Amino acid sequence: MKRRSFIKAATASTVIPVALNGMQLRSVNNNALLKALGKRGASDKVLVIIQLNGGNDGLNTLLPLDQYSNLSKARSNVLIPEDKAIGLSDYSEIGFHPQMSGLNNIYNNKKLNIIQSVGYPQPNFSHFRSTDIWMSASDSNKVLTTGWMGRYLNEQYPNYPDNYPNSTYPDPLAIQIGPLVSLSFMGPNTSMGMAITDPSSFYELLDNSSGNVPSTPAGEELAYIRILAQQTNEYADVIKAAAANGLNKSTKYPVSGGRNTLGEQLKIVAKLISGGLSTRVYMVSLGGFDTHSAQTDSTDTTLGNHSALLAHLSQSIEGFQDDLELLGISDKVTGMTFSEFGRRIQSNASGGTDHGAAAPMFVFGDAVQPGVIGNNPSIPSTTTVNDNVPMQFDFRQVYASVLKDWFELNDAEIKNILGTDFNTLPIFKNNISGIDDIAEYMTQISLRNVFPNPAKNKTIISFSTDGGGNLSLVLYNAMGNQLYTFFNKRFSAGTFEHELDLRGFSPGNYILQLHSEMKSCTQTLQILN
Amino acid sequence: MNRRQFLRPRKIVPSTSDLNTTAEGNNPEVKKRTNSGLSKYSGTWSDKERMHLLRRTTFGPSMTDFKSFQSKTMDQCITALLDTSNLSIAPPVNNYQNRVQDPNVEYGKTWVDAPFDTALEGVRKNSLKCWLWSIGAEGTGTIFEKMWLFWHNHFATEMTAVPSASASYYYFKALMDNSLGNFKALTRAITLDPAMLYYLNGRLNTKNAPDENYARELQELFTLGKGTDSKFTEDDVKAAARVLTGFTIDFRTTPFSSLFLPNKHDNTDKEFSDFFGNTVVKGRSTSTGGYDELDDLLDMIFSVEEVSKYICRRLYRYFVYYEIDSNAESNVIEPLALIFRNNNFDIKPVLETLLSSEHFYDTWNQACLIKDPFSHTAGYVKQFKPAFPSNTEYENLYKAYYLGWAYSTILQMDLGDPPSVSGWEAWYQIPLYQRFWITSDSLPKRNEYQDYLLWVGYNIGTEKLLVDPWTLTVQFNTPSDPNKLITEATQFLLPFELSNDQIISLKEVILPGGIPDYNWSDDYQAAIDPSNSNHSTALTNITLKLKLLYKAIMNLSEYQLS
Repeated sequence: MKRRSFIKAATASTVIPVALNGMQLRSVNNNALLKALGKRGASDKVLVIIQLNGGNDGLNTLLPLDQYSNLSKARSNVLIPEDKAIGLSDYSEIGFHPQMSGLNNIYNNKKLNIIQSVGYPQPNFSHFRSTDIWMSASDSNKVLTTGWMGRYLNEQYPNYPDNYPNSTYPDPLAIQIGPLVSLSFMGPNTSMGMAITDPSSFYELLDNSSGNVPSTPAGEELAYIRILAQQTNEYADVIKAAAANGLNKSTKYPVSGGRNTLGEQLKIVAKLISGGLSTRVYMVSLGGFDTHSAQTDSTDTTLGNHSALLAHLSQSIEGFQDDLELLGISDKVTGMTFSEFGRRIQSNASGGTDHGAAAPMFVFGDAVQPGVIGNNPSIPSTTTVNDNVPMQFDFRQVYASVLKDWFELNDAEIKNILGTDFNTLPIFKNNISGIDDIAEYMTQISLRNVFPNPAKNKTIISFSTDGGGNLSLVLYNAMGNQLYTFFNKRFSAGTFEHELDLRGFSPGNYILQLHSEMKSCTQTLQILN
Repeated sequence: MNRRQFLRPRKIVPSTSDLNTTAEGNNPEVKKRTNSGLSKYSGTWSDKERMHLLRRTTFGPSMTDFKSFQSKTMDQCITALLDTSNLSIAPPVNNYQNRVQDPNVEYGKTWVDAPFDTALEGVRKNSLKCWLWSIGAEGTGTIFEKMWLFWHNHFATEMTAVPSASASYYYFKALMDNSLGNFKALTRAITLDPAMLYYLNGRLNTKNAPDENYARELQELFTLGKGTDSKFTEDDVKAAARVLTGFTIDFRTTPFSSLFLPNKHDNTDKEFSDFFGNTVVKGRSTSTGGYDELDDLLDMIFSVEEVSKYICRRLYRYFVYYEIDSNAESNVIEPLALIFRNNNFDIKPVLETLLSSEHFYDTWNQACLIKDPFSHTAGYVKQFKPAFPSNTEYENLYKAYYLGWAYSTILQMDLGDPPSVSGWEAWYQIPLYQRFWITSDSLPKRNEYQDYLLWVGYNIGTEKLLVDPWTLTVQFNTPSDPNKLITEATQFLLPFELSNDQIISLKEVILPGGIPDYNWSDDYQAAIDPSNSNHSTALTNITLKLKLLYKAIMNLSEYQLS
């Protein structure tokens, strides 16, 4: 561990407990002591999840410019011209899509954290299955019927919906702006979320029926509808009040394209938060990312369907962050994007891209540590239709980081929610690992060289770690499936060489990934006959 | 315990464990519901069972549907429901002439075979959606409308992704024509359907640039599903995509048709995984080679038992309940799937067996389906029969249909435009399934729709689409008796027997403050007798009370169930 990191970590872990006189941070919640320390209590914090439905093409969203020549071989008909991408101010090899100046502004204002190549092992290419995996935070081959936010809220507010709303928790726990509540909010008993389309208008429900329902499937369905009716009426009042109280101040939102656009949805969220609603989690969405064909304009790849979506996304987030700042509530809100998958490296003949694997995620807000986590994906010099961007980070590492460093849960609680321990990432300034400088963090390990490459029976890799620690080297196939772990052991600081036995692997493109606890780096490897 | 807790119905207990639950049957963790299976139902055959059958297989139902069943045995009822041979559904027409001129189609005539016209496809799609809704609202008295909706959800396409309204019409026509026919034939027809060739990019699938989109969904959604016993591989998707290369849309014909281009077809052999017994679909280079390979591909897929089970599970979720426990899997799904296979994938024998089974009439399985928005909006109209504009006033008639379609859309079911190729979440998304239909947003709007047509009405030119509460009331046996009226109305409108408290509240609506029953009877008689001296006052009073009563019944959560 670097000295500076060590100091930061020591500060974080000693000073606050002393100030709190030994009290557990979380149990204090939203109390005056934390406020006196100038910190929000966890129960005051809001997470806004932005779903990009359809599978967003990460490679045209955040361009790995150092891979440009290989990219242009693989996807010339959709690729953004190199000089049109907006290079990041501190990493010129990474470029935003030209329509994403809004997100670039947030990056320059040091309120955006980008996590490269987020996915999960054994990627699934079905929209609905992969959406479920992201929303339920399950392993690829497991089906979970509850959502990660539903489990979080259930942990914080057990027994919901019994006795909710009540005087301590008068407001909905989670709100989806839209007509449906997603799996993300599904708790063990019922959905922890509420769907609204218009916060100032609700049609009153008049069913006052009481008494027991039969213990039959019909009784279960009836009970579900009755509870929902009662809660809807009660929550409708507080939502209407918050909508009437709240306001929007930013002029940076996209010009309205109708009632249900992402920009309009985020306006509602800002209004409700500023109106005093204490709802913990919001979910909004933007659809249309399933760009199998006509992803870009055929003559100008900076225009077209995907470009319009990214422009709207970027402007909406910029407007929302600006609004929160103008309203003086930006310290209590973090936003996060996700999509069920990225798209293939190689484009198709229909001017589009097919279902793929990993893609970048964006986390924004006052509390995030600005910067980029992870490396540019490396693009093979020759690709087939099956080649995918391999994951560098599991999306559940992002979730774990949100739960730990934003919602301030402890490791046991996080494990309850996510099922397994996941290493957190330094997404937030107050991250428990105490890593405050992503640039340092990024140079911690590197997979320097693979030679020969292409290789036949063996190849030699060289790698380095400047902090030492546990390292593993994993081989993935082009589809992103984990095949083999060459080693998994501790190394001291230094540079090493290691010979890899490649016998038994069929010819083709592979990905080698070196993982430490906190990061990973990637090289492509081609195995010959 | 505080008051609110007491009033709350018992907590909803999730019936599946959190981990390792599969989306498809075979799950020992699920609690057992009932042992009943496919043996023929031989219990009481009363109006209650008739209504259960009608609620599940038609929208509403209407009073006409119900009365036509009252003299029938179970077998006769099922035969009538499954007999769609005499149906002829007239195609959608030009209702848009007053807004946009159609040079090829006269007002009131159908546009489905007219040439593609970019300027008109939008209004034609609108006409098509109104027409789809109208088929449900008018009702055929058979299972027809439920079945094509089932197939629309199963073989989903989105009109927004299909430029030609005519192609979408013919997609629906294929679903309708085959809705009670043969599933394998329907799968073949849909594979070659121009709307589907648009929607899942089949038209772009060529040997040099294979497009896996349709090949994947053919297996994952249309035939094998994603259950634990469906083990096709990514390579199988790719191999199937190669089989399907060369099919495209012939834009020279009116309407568009499908076409096979041998020079775009990959004529090499396609080898499948051991899940398909390492079958090799022999590559063909003849002018019809693609069709032969498609038949081989379908033969191979349909030889996997999981196909029959997957479709039977989907039918079960649609007609019975979304939860399939191990009993239902072994006592219903498996034997039903065997019948499906033994009948070479004919759909009718499967429905006949299911709808006449002990399991279907088991009280466990009654009243537990939440109405989808199409069933809700169209079913309401069938129950109360507001007067629609005459069927020569095409513009106004379609405006009336539009209201129903629009409300169905607001309630999250845009007929013709499901959310994705997976169809509507309510029919596949664990664990909520049908509960997706009922949210804090949609439930108030369901009530709003009911109340709107009952109290306000929808202005169409000089006419108004408005429920007259008498239309239904006069069809009851004894509406002059307030108790019998409430019993008949609730039995007709709700799948649940109400509690005494609920009945008392309903009676309070029409006879407030405990006024004796004869007040209702007297006023009712006066209201239906124009010669009565009190006629006009009584008519006003009873009309208002009837509206209040129907509103109160439909505002009950029970009204959302079927």
